[in-house]
Amino acid sequence: MALFQIAEPGQAQAPHQRRLAVGIDLGTTNSLVASVMSGSAKVLVNEQDEASIPSVVHYQEDGTVLVGSAAQAKAVADPYNTIASAKRLMGKGADDLSDTLFADRYLFDTDSGSLPAFKTQAGNKTAVDVSSAILQSLKNTAELSLGGELVGAVITVPAYFDDAQRQATKDAATVAGLHVLRLLNEPTAAALAYGLDAKEDACVAIFDLGGGTFDISLLKMQRGLFEVMATAGDTALGGDDFDHALAATLAEQAGITDLSDASQQRNLLNIARGIKEQLSDQTSCGFDIPLADGGSYKGTIDRDQFNALIEPLFKRSLKSCRQALRDANIEKSDVDAVVMVGGSTRVPLVRDRVSEFFGRTVLTDINPDEVVAVGAALQADVLAGNKPDSELLLLDVIPLSLGLETMGGLAEKVIPRNTTIPIARAQEFTTYKDGQTALALHVVQGERELVSDCRSLARFELRDIPPRVAGAVRIQVIFQVDADGLLTVSAIEKESGVVASVDVKPSYGLSDSEIEQMLTASMEHASDDMLARALQEQKVEADRVVEAINSALASDGDEHLDSDERTVIDQAIGDLQTARAGDSTDAIKSAIAKVEKVSNAYVERRMNATVRKMMAGKQLADVESDTSDT
Amino acid sequence: MAITLTDKAAEHVKGFLDKRGKGVGLRLAVRTTGCSGMAYVIEFADEVAANDEVFEHNDIKVVVDPKSLVYLDGTELDYTKEGLNEGLKFNNPNVKDECGCGESFNI
Repeated sequence: MALFQIAEPGQAQAPHQRRLAVGIDLGTTNSLVASVMSGSAKVLVNEQDEASIPSVVHYQEDGTVLVGSAAQAKAVADPYNTIASAKRLMGKGADDLSDTLFADRYLFDTDSGSLPAFKTQAGNKTAVDVSSAILQSLKNTAELSLGGELVGAVITVPAYFDDAQRQATKDAATVAGLHVLRLLNEPTAAALAYGLDAKEDACVAIFDLGGGTFDISLLKMQRGLFEVMATAGDTALGGDDFDHALAATLAEQAGITDLSDASQQRNLLNIARGIKEQLSDQTSCGFDIPLADGGSYKGTIDRDQFNALIEPLFKRSLKSCRQALRDANIEKSDVDAVVMVGGSTRVPLVRDRVSEFFGRTVLTDINPDEVVAVGAALQADVLAGNKPDSELLLLDVIPLSLGLETMGGLAEKVIPRNTTIPIARAQEFTTYKDGQTALALHVVQGERELVSDCRSLARFELRDIPPRVAGAVRIQVIFQVDADGLLTVSAIEKESGVVASVDVKPSYGLSDSEIEQMLTASMEHASDDMLARALQEQKVEADRVVEAINSALASDGDEHLDSDERTVIDQAIGDLQTARAGDSTDAIKSAIAKVEKVSNAYVERRMNATVRKMMAGKQLADVESDTSDT
Repeated sequence: MAITLTDKAAEHVKGFLDKRGKGVGLRLAVRTTGCSGMAYVIEFADEVAANDEVFEHNDIKVVVDPKSLVYLDGTELDYTKEGLNEGLKFNNPNVKDECGCGESFNI
């Protein structure tokens, strides 16, 4: 006998057509699944009665995969086959390993391609494989709880996830057999859970400090729409870092110097996490660390000591808050509500300091661990068609500017960061040389002025451009970002209609630095970048001038110039080339001016010669009628 | 002619209504679709129509239209848990047989 849930009026589904959809918070430390049942969203518990499962996967020799608490139980005894916090490696290349805490915690096979793979006894496993195992487990929980197959899931990702990381998340869902209705930014989901869309015109800050990532999002509610005004964050800041800081101090106190033993390290982290959690309710906490010699070290740590340890880490989050406020162009006092999300916001220091920063009491009513999954479930319910009208339209923004490389290695931004998606933007480009028939397009992501400082997303070529003089060809490049933040770039030459395009299935291996580092760098290097851009622009201009004058000289230099005049011009060109090789913008600028000055007479003579050639053999009347046509 | 709720069902329905924040009660109906002929409809009721029958148990109103009532008369609505799955269950004495999953039935 089937069990029934209560539907909205007029929305009851025909038998066997119930559209079961879930929201999944795929977290760095913990993952949850929630669904709307009888009109309210609730987190679904698994057979062990757990609402949230540790995002940990253990691979056994026979290929059996354990997920959640069962896997975490193996962490201390078998650390290399037990993968935790894999979310941090989603969409990352082998080059990124050194930026994370992973390199010294797991065994990696970096030879198998650009994707780093954990070496386990069941074979090589990528971060996508690990995430997929977690999603599979959540899917099973949901199908058992809801009594049917899922039509799809809304999976949340940090607002800061770039295209590669979003695509990796989608891949993991596909491998787990889950249809992704939508990827939703975690802070946006939190706002949905609080039902903050009811407050007209309110500006809400979502402060999300989870296990491994930090996000600050500023959302504006207008006529029931959520508009994301700005996001900022830190993809490598979270409760895990608090644990590591505390574990290091514990090791020091207990006199443990050899940290190469992975089991010992994991054990210290577990003890640190326990202390951290206790210090949320208590002002001091005792601990007991087993030592290698069979003895144990007993000690206590109080909340002030803990606060002092995490203070420098926490301060990084406030820096991001300031940046988001700047991006959204609002003041702290414009923020009407601050929502706390993520288990790490239980830390009293975090709550106090964030309240202090925004000058208002932060919202902590909904369990900060569940709030994101609950919001995702509400969104999934709408997307699956179980609501009378989908009054919710969520606008998200792209986290980093998207653009193209132009001459001189400069990044030309086509879509600036924090533009709401979906979006399509077109921009026209042209050729640089006479008779140029192909154009290489290099799609980049980032805030810096030089391509070498941005992240390369894709390269493709537009061929068969009709040969024309430089600058005469019109090439329209269209950037399209869909609702999930995935990018398609196409280029069309207007005259011939030749087209080339690329789906930026963002390549995993290309990242050269963390996103927030790119952002911080763009702030720190703002003036360097401006100067670098000015220099590059002068270099490009110098090349153009040299190219133009040399091609003119080759065709008719001897005709118009005597050898003295020629020497002066050649000398100026030589000086310009020397200046161009250097790094002084002003020197190049003045060298260009000098070339233009000394070649002035020559240019005039060429012009006159051309005019004479055009006029030769024509009657005055012809010339008049020609000019009157124009 | 009556439809009843168990105490447990009434308690859960009250919880759902409170969370939803609006609605006068629960509407039950029977729709003629489904692999065995009839299908239950269970929805929140925002209004009571003129010829609806209303049954009340522990302050929870159950609203049924007269056409559906003939198929539902004597039904007891319960709230149960089966494994991880939980929800409302129809104990309908009029049912002769039902499809394997019990989502639709015949009388």
